[in-house]
Amino acid sequence: MEGLNYVGAGLIVIGAGIGIGQIGGKAMEAIARQPEATGKIQTAMLIAAALIEGIGFAALFAA
Amino acid sequence: MRRKFSIKKITFLLFLVSFVSVAQHNEKTDAANAPKEEKDLKVTIKEYINHHLLDSYDFGLFSYTNDHNEKVHIGSPLPVILWDNGLKVFLSSKFHYGETLAEVDGNYYKLYHNKIYKTDAQGTINYDAEHHPTNAKPLDFSITKNVVMIFVVFLIMFIMFKRMASAYQKNNGMPKGMGRLLEPIVLYIRDDIAKPNIGEKNYKRYMSYLLTIFFFVWIVNLFGLTPIGVNITNNIAVTFCLALFTYVITTVTAKKDYWKHIFWMPGVPVPMKIILAPIEFLGTIIKPFSLMIRLYANITAGHIVLMSIIGMMFVFNNWLGSSLSFFLAFVLGILELLVAALQAYIFTMLSALYFGSAVEEHDEHH
Repeated sequence: MEGLNYVGAGLIVIGAGIGIGQIGGKAMEAIARQPEATGKIQTAMLIAAALIEGIGFAALFAA
Repeated sequence: MRRKFSIKKITFLLFLVSFVSVAQHNEKTDAANAPKEEKDLKVTIKEYINHHLLDSYDFGLFSYTNDHNEKVHIGSPLPVILWDNGLKVFLSSKFHYGETLAEVDGNYYKLYHNKIYKTDAQGTINYDAEHHPTNAKPLDFSITKNVVMIFVVFLIMFIMFKRMASAYQKNNGMPKGMGRLLEPIVLYIRDDIAKPNIGEKNYKRYMSYLLTIFFFVWIVNLFGLTPIGVNITNNIAVTFCLALFTYVITTVTAKKDYWKHIFWMPGVPVPMKIILAPIEFLGTIIKPFSLMIRLYANITAGHIVLMSIIGMMFVFNNWLGSSLSFFLAFVLGILELLVAALQAYIFTMLSALYFGSAVEEHDEHH
């Protein structure tokens, strides 16, 4: 079936979206708890987001 | 002393990139191009996107069809350097943008889909079952558009950092001009990327490489967003070279603890050690590999999406659709600016992380 390529791509995006959404949510909670650590939390959040996006893109190119 | 090191690295990088600049094979879009011949506009858009994403053998700024219905190209051709039982150098204007064959010393070369193949006088390309050409390819060392842009970026970085260094020297520690602009960034790389990951003892050795990589990737990503149409990190061969540098540096400067942790992890029972060894060894290769894929995929995907939306602007021929597409493209362009800097930062930080794991010393074993 030809269309399964696109179903796979959609699944990848769902996975990446859920992952980064979780990170974003936990980061927001952490910032709410401790506003003075905002800088560090933002940095860590961006790093984790980039790593997950890396996997997402790599899989997207394979699909 | 530190500056000289980064210059050497830059030139080495240039040499390596020019060596492998043909290794890129944008196969996916080739396959997608073949069946859809129905709508003329969509095909033109796809060709435009492909042309924009690939490397080219001439520095063409743009081209248009003039009143006599011929294509006029504005730009200058670049030298083509081939190794095919002897060094052959000629200007890419002999190819006439893919329309004619170049004849040099009795060998004929044809530019087909941005690769140079060796053909006979008629220019036949033999295809195999999957419609890929099977002609012989000479070794390609040409100065393509990407290589010229890397030289330009090298010049920019060299001038930037030279002025920064002389700003420090003249004012006895208080920087003026370029030094003031770059000092916070350099200090950020030292204090937040290098020192926490590599540790106080060893970070100085790696600082020049980290600085080079950070600024190079950032400037190159930014250049990819300009309308000149140069995509350096768009080429998987370039990111492969950058990741290769990181891998080589971690392998060469690794200490005994690093290898011990890979091949004979201390603190676990012996059967586990034997199982862990190949997995850990694969891990050392997969980590730079993911660096390469991450940078390449982020930048390429961004460019493809951006250009598709610009193309969508021409598909909607009315006011509402085109203006919405334009604004979407604009917003995505701003996001691309963030992605450019972010990808440079991530590359540098992960490289620093790998260096740190290579040189760290364990006092106690977990």
